[in-house]
Amino acid sequence: MSDSTTVVAAAPEPPPAPAPRLSRPRRVVRWLREGNSVMLTVYAFLLALAVGAVLIAVTNPATIKAAKYFFQAPADTFSAAWSAVSSAYSALFEGAIWDPATFSSGDWTKILYPLSSTLVNATPLILVGLSVGLAFRAGLFNIGGQGQIIIGAICAGYVGFNWHLPVGVHLLAALVAGTLGGALWGGVAGWLKARTGAHEVITTIMLNYIALYLLAYLLTVNGFQRPGSNQAISKVVDDNARLPHLLGSVLPVHAGLLLALAAAAAVGWLLKRSQLGFTLRAVGANPSAARTAGMDTERNKIVVMLIAGGLAGLAGCSQILGTNTAIYPTIDAGIGFNGITVALLGRGKPWGTVLAGLLFGALTSGGTVMQVNTHTSIELVTVLQSVIVVFIAAPALVAALFKTRGAAEGVGQSLATGWNG
Amino acid sequence: MSAVAEVTSAVQIREVPVSRRHRTITGSVLVVVGVACALAFGLGSKAGATAAFKLSASGSYFSIPVISVPARLVGLLIGAAVTVLGVMQISRGFSRRAMRWVLTFTLVGVVVAFLCWAATGQGATIDVLGLLQQTIFLAVPLILGALGGILCERSGVVNVAIEGQMLAGAFAGSLVATLFSNNFIGILGAMLAGALMGTLLAVFAIKYLVNQVILGVVLNVFAAGLTGFLYDTLMAPDANTYNNPSPLQAVQLPVLGRIPFFGPLLFDQNWIVYATYLLIIGVQLALFRTRWGLRTRAVGEHPEAAETVGIKVRRTRYVNVIVAGLVAGLAGAFLTLGTVGAFSKGISSGKGFIALAAVIFGRWSPRGALGAALLFGFADALQTVLSFIGTPVAIPSAFLAMAPYLATIFAVAGLVGRVRAPGADGVPYEGR
Repeated sequence: MSDSTTVVAAAPEPPPAPAPRLSRPRRVVRWLREGNSVMLTVYAFLLALAVGAVLIAVTNPATIKAAKYFFQAPADTFSAAWSAVSSAYSALFEGAIWDPATFSSGDWTKILYPLSSTLVNATPLILVGLSVGLAFRAGLFNIGGQGQIIIGAICAGYVGFNWHLPVGVHLLAALVAGTLGGALWGGVAGWLKARTGAHEVITTIMLNYIALYLLAYLLTVNGFQRPGSNQAISKVVDDNARLPHLLGSVLPVHAGLLLALAAAAAVGWLLKRSQLGFTLRAVGANPSAARTAGMDTERNKIVVMLIAGGLAGLAGCSQILGTNTAIYPTIDAGIGFNGITVALLGRGKPWGTVLAGLLFGALTSGGTVMQVNTHTSIELVTVLQSVIVVFIAAPALVAALFKTRGAAEGVGQSLATGWNG
Repeated sequence: MSAVAEVTSAVQIREVPVSRRHRTITGSVLVVVGVACALAFGLGSKAGATAAFKLSASGSYFSIPVISVPARLVGLLIGAAVTVLGVMQISRGFSRRAMRWVLTFTLVGVVVAFLCWAATGQGATIDVLGLLQQTIFLAVPLILGALGGILCERSGVVNVAIEGQMLAGAFAGSLVATLFSNNFIGILGAMLAGALMGTLLAVFAIKYLVNQVILGVVLNVFAAGLTGFLYDTLMAPDANTYNNPSPLQAVQLPVLGRIPFFGPLLFDQNWIVYATYLLIIGVQLALFRTRWGLRTRAVGEHPEAAETVGIKVRRTRYVNVIVAGLVAGLAGAFLTLGTVGAFSKGISSGKGFIALAAVIFGRWSPRGALGAALLFGFADALQTVLSFIGTPVAIPSAFLAMAPYLATIFAVAGLVGRVRAPGADGVPYEGR
C-alpha cells in the first residue's frame, strides 16, 4: 500500500533550545496563535459560522430586495443581512443552550428545556460517534451507522413491544437485543471485509439501504405495525422497557445519556488499557507490522465491526426506548451520517467524541428552534457540521487562513486510504 | 514512458490459476442455483401455462409479434443447464475467461426463467421492451456517475463524493434551467456545479492532502445540506421562479429510431442519454488509447514513476477530478431535467453510491462499469415491473427494492473474483 513512500533515514535533529520562559498572558497568546487541536476546532467553528452567515444573508428575501437598490443605499442591504443572520443565530443559541426570555418566568423546566433537548440530541450522536471513532482507530471506516441504528431499533423495539417482562429486566433485555442487532449488522461488514476483502465503505452503505427496506417491510406486517393503523408506524414500547427520564417527566433528557457516557468511558478503557485495544490500535496504525507481530488482523476487523455496530445499535436503543416510543421509517434521523462528523471532530478519541456530540447535539436542537422562529431551514446545521469537519480535516488551510504557527494534526490521516487498503 | 507503460501493463496480466477449493465452491453454488431455478421457476409454474413477452412498440418499420413460451419447460431447461455447468465446474473447471460467460449465462438464464414464472401469475404479458427501456433510463445516471468515478480514480483520487456531485448537479440543473427557461443552459449549469464540487474535492485532496474517503463523505453531507438549505429557502416558497423546468423530451433519431426493438430502446431517448453513449465510448477510448489516458493511468498507478518521466502528477489529478465532476454533474442533470424536471431534496437517493459500486464492480473500466450499471438498473426496473404485474407468490416490494443493494454486496464481496484498484488510488501525493 504505502510501499511508494520512500523511507528516508532522517538525520537526528538537534534537541530544540529551551524556549525562554514567557509571562502567563504571553503564553496564552502564543497558545492561541499556535496550531493546536483546540484552537483548530474553534477556528473551524468560526469559519463554518461565517459560511452559514453568507448563506443566510444571500438567500434572505429582505436582503435580496434591498440588494436591488444596493448602489442607492448600500446600508440597507447590510442591515437587512445583519438582521437576518443575527436573528437566525440568536434563535440557534436560544434553542441550544439558554433562552433569556424564559428566565423571567422562573419556571426551571422552561429554562432548562433547551439544554435538555441538546443532551437528548447529543446522546445517539455520541454513541454513533464512538462507533465510527473506534473503527477509525482500527483503520476501518464505518459508514453503516444508519443501518446499525435501524437494526438496533428494530430488535430493541421488537423486545420492547412484543415481550412483557418485569421492570428492569425488560429494559435490560431490550437494550441487549438492540445492541446485538447493531453488532450483527456491523459484524456482517467486518466479516465481509475480513473474508473477501470487500471494502467496508461500500458494504456498510449497501447494508444501510437493506436495513431501510427491511424496516419499511416490517412496518407493514403483523407483530410490528401498530394494530388498527395503516401507516408505517410500529407498536408502542412498553413502559417497563423505556429508558427513565432523568430530570422529571417534562424535560426530555433520559437515561440514554448515561449509557452514552458509560460507553465513552468503556471505549476509552478499551483503547487505552485492554489488550484488545492495543491490538486494535496496532492494526489501525500499521497492519503489516501488526501481522508480523503475530496479531490476527482479519479477526480484529470482525471484532472491531462487531463492537462498532453494537455501539450504533445502542444509539438505536436510545432512539426507540428513550427519545421516541415507537419505530417509524425515519427513526435514524440522519444520526448515522452525522455520527461520522462527530467522530471526526472528536478525532476518534472517546471524550473528544462526547464534546463533539454535545456540540452537534446543540446545533441540532438549536436548528429546530431556528427553523420554527426565523424560518431559516434546519439544513443550515448540516452545512455547518460539514464545513466544520472539512476545515478540521484540512489543518493546513486553517493555518494559512488564520496565520497560526504550524498546523495541528489533521483528522483521519492515519486511516487506511483507498480501496486496496 | 515505456517504464510507466510496463508498470501499468504488468499489473494487468497477473493471472492466478483457479484453485480446487474455489472451483468446488463456485461449482456448488451454480448447482444450487440451477436446482433452485428448476424447482421454483420450472415446477413452480402452472403446468401448461405460457408466458407472453412483448418486444415491440408502435412507430417502427415492422412490429415483432408477441412471443409465448411454455413457462415450466423454460424453467426446467434453464435450471438443468445451470446445474450441468455447475457439475462441469466442479469436475473440470472453467478458465477465468470461460467462467465469465458461464456466470453471464446463469444470470440471464435465471432472470428469463424468473420472468416466465412471474408472467404465469396473472397471465399478464410482460413488456420486455418497456422493462429494458426502464433499465436504460435508470442506468444512465449510474453510468455517468460511474464514468465520473473512473476518471477520478484512475488518476489516483478516490471519489466517494459522486453522490454529492450528482446532487449539486441535479439542483443546479433545475435552478438554472428555470431561471433561463432553457434546458441546455440548465445542463451546463449542472455540469458546472458538479465541477465545482469536484474542485473542492481536488483542492482538499491534492493540495491539503485530506483523507479522500473521509473528504468524500463530508462533501456528500455538505452537498445534501447546501442543496437542502437552498431548496427550503428558495425553491419551496417560490417554485415557479426557481424550480419549474420542463423535462427534456425524447428525440427519435431518424432511421435508427425506427428499427424494431432497438430503435425505441436505444434511439428514442433524450439528449443526455445520447451524450451518455458518446461518453462511454469516449472515456473508454481516451483512457486506453490516448496519451492522456496513459498518463492518467500512470499517475494513478505510480505517481513517483510518472513524475520521473516528466508527467505533472498534481496537474493531471486536478484536471481529471474536475472533469469527473463535470460528468457527475451531467448525471445530476439527468435526475432532474432528464426525468421529472423539478428538484426535490435528496433526489439522488444513494445513486451516487451505487455508481461508486459500479466503478468497483466494473474494475475501474468504462466497459465494466457500463455492465454493472445496467445490471443495477435492470434490478431496479424489474422491481417496478413486478410490482404491477403481480407474481404467482407475492414478493413484498421492499425485498425487490433491496435486490440492487444485495447484488452490490455480492459483487464487491468477490463473486467475480477479487478486484484491484489503481495502485495509488486514495494515496495523497506529497511530491518529491
